[in-house]
Amino acid sequence: MAKIRLDNLRKSYGGTEVLHGVSGEIEDGELVVIVGPSGCGKSTLLRMIAGLETVTAGEIHIGERMVNGLEPARRDIAMVFQNYALYPHMTVRQNMAYGLKIRGLPKEEINRRVEEAADILELREYLERKPRQLSGGQRQRVAMGRAIVRDPQVFLFDEPLSNLDAKLRVQMRLEIRKLQKRLGVTSIYVTHDQVEAMTLGDRLMVLNGGYVEQFGTPIEVYERPQTVFVAGFIGSPAMNFLPAELSDGHVVLGNGARVPGGAGEGEVTLGLRPEHLVADEDGPVRVRVALMEQLGANTLIHGVLEGTDQEMVVSLHGIRDIAEGEVMGFSAPQDALHLFDRRSGRRIN
Amino acid sequence: MLKRVHFPPSVLPYLLVAPQIIITLVFFIWPASQALWQSMLVEDAFGLSTEFVWFENFQALFRDDQYIGAFKRTAFFSLAVAFVSMSFSLVLAGFADRVVRGAIVYRTLLIWPYAIAPVLAGALWVFMFNPTLGILAYGLEMLGYEWNHQLRGGQAMALVIMAASWKQVAYNFLFYLAAMQAIPRSVIEAAAIDGAGPIRRFWTIIFPLISPTTFFLLVINAVYAFFDTFGIIHAVTQGGPANATTILVYKVYNDGFVGLDLGGSAAQSVILMILVIAMTVLQFRYIERKVEY
Repeated sequence: MAKIRLDNLRKSYGGTEVLHGVSGEIEDGELVVIVGPSGCGKSTLLRMIAGLETVTAGEIHIGERMVNGLEPARRDIAMVFQNYALYPHMTVRQNMAYGLKIRGLPKEEINRRVEEAADILELREYLERKPRQLSGGQRQRVAMGRAIVRDPQVFLFDEPLSNLDAKLRVQMRLEIRKLQKRLGVTSIYVTHDQVEAMTLGDRLMVLNGGYVEQFGTPIEVYERPQTVFVAGFIGSPAMNFLPAELSDGHVVLGNGARVPGGAGEGEVTLGLRPEHLVADEDGPVRVRVALMEQLGANTLIHGVLEGTDQEMVVSLHGIRDIAEGEVMGFSAPQDALHLFDRRSGRRIN
Repeated sequence: MLKRVHFPPSVLPYLLVAPQIIITLVFFIWPASQALWQSMLVEDAFGLSTEFVWFENFQALFRDDQYIGAFKRTAFFSLAVAFVSMSFSLVLAGFADRVVRGAIVYRTLLIWPYAIAPVLAGALWVFMFNPTLGILAYGLEMLGYEWNHQLRGGQAMALVIMAASWKQVAYNFLFYLAAMQAIPRSVIEAAAIDGAGPIRRFWTIIFPLISPTTFFLLVINAVYAFFDTFGIIHAVTQGGPANATTILVYKVYNDGFVGLDLGGSAAQSVILMILVIAMTVLQFRYIERKVEY
């Protein structure tokens, strides 16, 4: 088990820098999810920690060691790949035993570890099969098993669930979470799926365009997103953003409506989560309904802020029946207002 | 199953396959049947009369020590060519697969030998190893090794094996490189994380995964060594010294066009024909099935 420390990590391909100084500490036994849209550099970051990509600048520490110059094999890590990367010509048993064999462990020890992992992952009856005879979920488990048997200091997951169907993904997500808690191995998990990120991570590192936008617990990231990007990326349906102005204790919307809250003066972007708006006939946020989506548990109302063409989504509990074209009023509790500087996109409240 | 009614009778399909069928008939079936016919004939020395003798030509062949010798020699030659050229190209492909900078240049240069006509390839090697003026023969002599493939059968065999292998390296290289690049990068990376060094990765992961290609190339190379090396042998040794490099295909030519034993020569080519058919069947039957993982 080990801490991981990233110190101002940079990565360039040719002249283009794709990671612009990533720093952060990952505690012993913690599961940190690196999340961001495709192309944000999250896989590159993971591969740098694994030793599959060179480090342009900065330092990676695993435990007490600076591992920048170490081969992947010497870093005491295990990695689960998006396409599982099982050895297709080996049985499940051989796949899991490969790393142990290379380390020269005695045969009984190898068998014991492989069978233990197979029990944990319910793979016992598949040990003599080849990967192509397994389903996607089973292959995924073999890949996990291969990581477990090595008993490494760190697990690295590179979008391990993205090749599975939706139902299996939910199930495997829970299994990974349980397994990681049980083994207590420091883990880094890369995904572009914000639900996966929210449910799995002890903490999230939200990456965008090679910068860390925010590094915090899922609840922190959800409740106090530090930038417009994080606010829009985490949460579903996505947060509403409205251009607004601050004026003596109120947020003034584009149509002149005044929402109580905020301090100071100046141009801001107001962020409102669809699920935090409260139906209120006299509420200041008035939305002209264009379309409704009934999801059963809640109802999504798509519309525009009245008097403007700024699109908004509101999520209300339960089944509602609202006519298109109707104007609905909503109020926004003060603690549900997210105010961002219009220029920098940084949080100001 | 589609019913015939869907396709009203038409001459068009026949017209479309006609060119291929005509080519096959004229250039393959006809000469092959001629060879088959000829293999059962015996001609007198002046070509004035022929006699139909059934399988006597074949019987004579299998009683002939020289023919049996050529058979063994061919087996050795083709295995040696397959082994030398495949292992050489495997190593080259293994390195080319790892190269990042200038990969296209290496690849292009490595493909060139394939474009050289067999006779020219043979001529190049003859010049390099010519006992009196060859640069490599000269170099070997400086090292105290006397090279004269015009006198020594073993050296002559080594020389034609080298020349024939060299020409085939390009072809094997292409297939090996393609096979290696078809292996998902992540599998290699997983092995690296599992602690396997480059050599170990090669033998435990890459080599097993490209085994279908190895089998395919083995058949292709054997066929090549059996049939397409005539030009090289003709240019380098003419089958000598003392038949040391006379392989089956060269013997067909030698007995037929030099020795003028047309019947015997035709019988030999029929045997070669059966061999190549057998190898092709082997390849088609087993390539997809036997070697899989």
